[in-house]
Amino acid sequence: MRISKAWIVATKDMRVLLRKRYAIYSIVIFPLIVGIGLPLVLRFAGARHGGLHGTQLLTIMNAFSFLYLIGATSLPTVLASYSLVGEKIEKSLEPLLAAPVTDSELLLGKSIAAFIPPAAALYLSSIVFMALSDLMTHDRLGYSYFPNWTIGIILLLMVPLAAILSIEWSVIVSSRASDPRAAQMQGLFIVLPLAAIYVASEVGAISLNTTTLLIISAVILIVDIILFFLSTKSFQREEILTKWT
Amino acid sequence: MITVEKLTKKFGDVTAVEGLTFKVEEGEIFGFLGPNGAGKTTTVRMLCCLISRTSGEAKIAGYEISKEADSLQIRKMIGLVPDNVGLYEDLSAFENLDFYGKLYECPEGRRRENIERFLKMLGLWERKDARAGSFSKGMKQKLALARSLVHEPRILFMDEPTANLDPESAKTVRDFILELKKQGKTIFLNTHNLDEAQRICDRIAILKTKLLRIGSPEQLRESLTRHKTEIRLAQAGEALISSLKKVIPNKIEVSGDKLVIDVTDPDKENPNIIAAITSAGGQVREVTQLVPTLEDVYLQIVKETK
Repeated sequence: MRISKAWIVATKDMRVLLRKRYAIYSIVIFPLIVGIGLPLVLRFAGARHGGLHGTQLLTIMNAFSFLYLIGATSLPTVLASYSLVGEKIEKSLEPLLAAPVTDSELLLGKSIAAFIPPAAALYLSSIVFMALSDLMTHDRLGYSYFPNWTIGIILLLMVPLAAILSIEWSVIVSSRASDPRAAQMQGLFIVLPLAAIYVASEVGAISLNTTTLLIISAVILIVDIILFFLSTKSFQREEILTKWT
Repeated sequence: MITVEKLTKKFGDVTAVEGLTFKVEEGEIFGFLGPNGAGKTTTVRMLCCLISRTSGEAKIAGYEISKEADSLQIRKMIGLVPDNVGLYEDLSAFENLDFYGKLYECPEGRRRENIERFLKMLGLWERKDARAGSFSKGMKQKLALARSLVHEPRILFMDEPTANLDPESAKTVRDFILELKKQGKTIFLNTHNLDEAQRICDRIAILKTKLLRIGSPEQLRESLTRHKTEIRLAQAGEALISSLKKVIPNKIEVSGDKLVIDVTDPDKENPNIIAAITSAGGQVREVTQLVPTLEDVYLQIVKETK
């Protein structure tokens, strides 16, 4: 596999995607809300009653950090769906597949295109989120909570794994969809288990400590491996040309 | 340049193409004619290594389409103009071509040179920065043609390149194809347009799942077993026509004072027909042996296979 070929496909796809207003909104809005909106929630939550106390704040900050994982699962779905189903709609698959590029180079290129813009937006947002959260909570905690191991595991381990999961799932879903919105809707089902974990943490059913996060990471990794084989199976030249179009 | 040997493709129980055998020489424009569903696109897709064959073999410049390692070499040396132009509508004309140039590993300087050359030749250079989505159908078709050439392929596969184009755009594309032939390119042309095939193809294959006939337009016309004789009469009255129909078993079409009569062997049958007209009281002004068109040949061949 030649990475250079995959990169050519990826840069083209990113150029196409970033010219679609809907795709840009999808990438920007979520990181903006989490990066700026949630630290403000930390500042003003419970303000009438003298503010949240330290333990409550930490639970909420961990739960908010976990939202980056949900973002990493949902945002690439939007781009991957456009990238794959968009080719179907524009009927551009035939000349693309006739070019000297292998199936795996194409799949990698499309995956990179679906990964980089959301990952960049999420990482930028996380820097703002950590800085603002520390600013808003320092006086009550007496120290800066971020960065820490929890958000470190979420951002550096879980976000890439979840993004890969989302892209692989989108490839499988897109092979059966003829409309990007339909592919996105089906693609977003992958968020549900993680949203359930988030809700469980919010109600105190589970604690999002480093052990829990590492276990969740291991599970995502296993699912990633299974979906890798399924997605590469569904992304084959003849299959794409005769069944996707 | 292209050698096809008993090539067959089946989709489940449906046979799309069966036992095709033919050769395409280097620098030739080879026309592939057939009705809808005849297997033209399937054949092109197999030759471009887009879909696998069920049996048989084909070689492009010595490389076998069935070998994975060869298929990459084949894809490097061919250009494809599919029936759906398949452009990236949000990218400009230049960006569309530049992307494919990069994918085909065309060096940057050469790539830019080719993009400029082909866009100028096809009259699109002024619109190079406009979104492909804003182009008319004809412009998109020309851009797809330029895209297929940006890496300077030796062989060009074109699937209905002038379908749905206005006459002016179609002529530009046809002239461009002839220009490519002058440059020594081998062109494999799928078309419905019989007039186009007759005008620009060196050889034509007529296909309907199986290969029905192959030859130059001249050879195909000569192979026609039914001919037409046109006879202009001084007056073609009803009485004359009905008495002629009694003695001439052939199909007769009447248009004004003209009769068009189907004949199998004009040299033998025409004198008898003229004698019959004269003895029925008709006066022959002019006898013309109509030259069969490719359409006549095509329709006869396709009808024979029904």
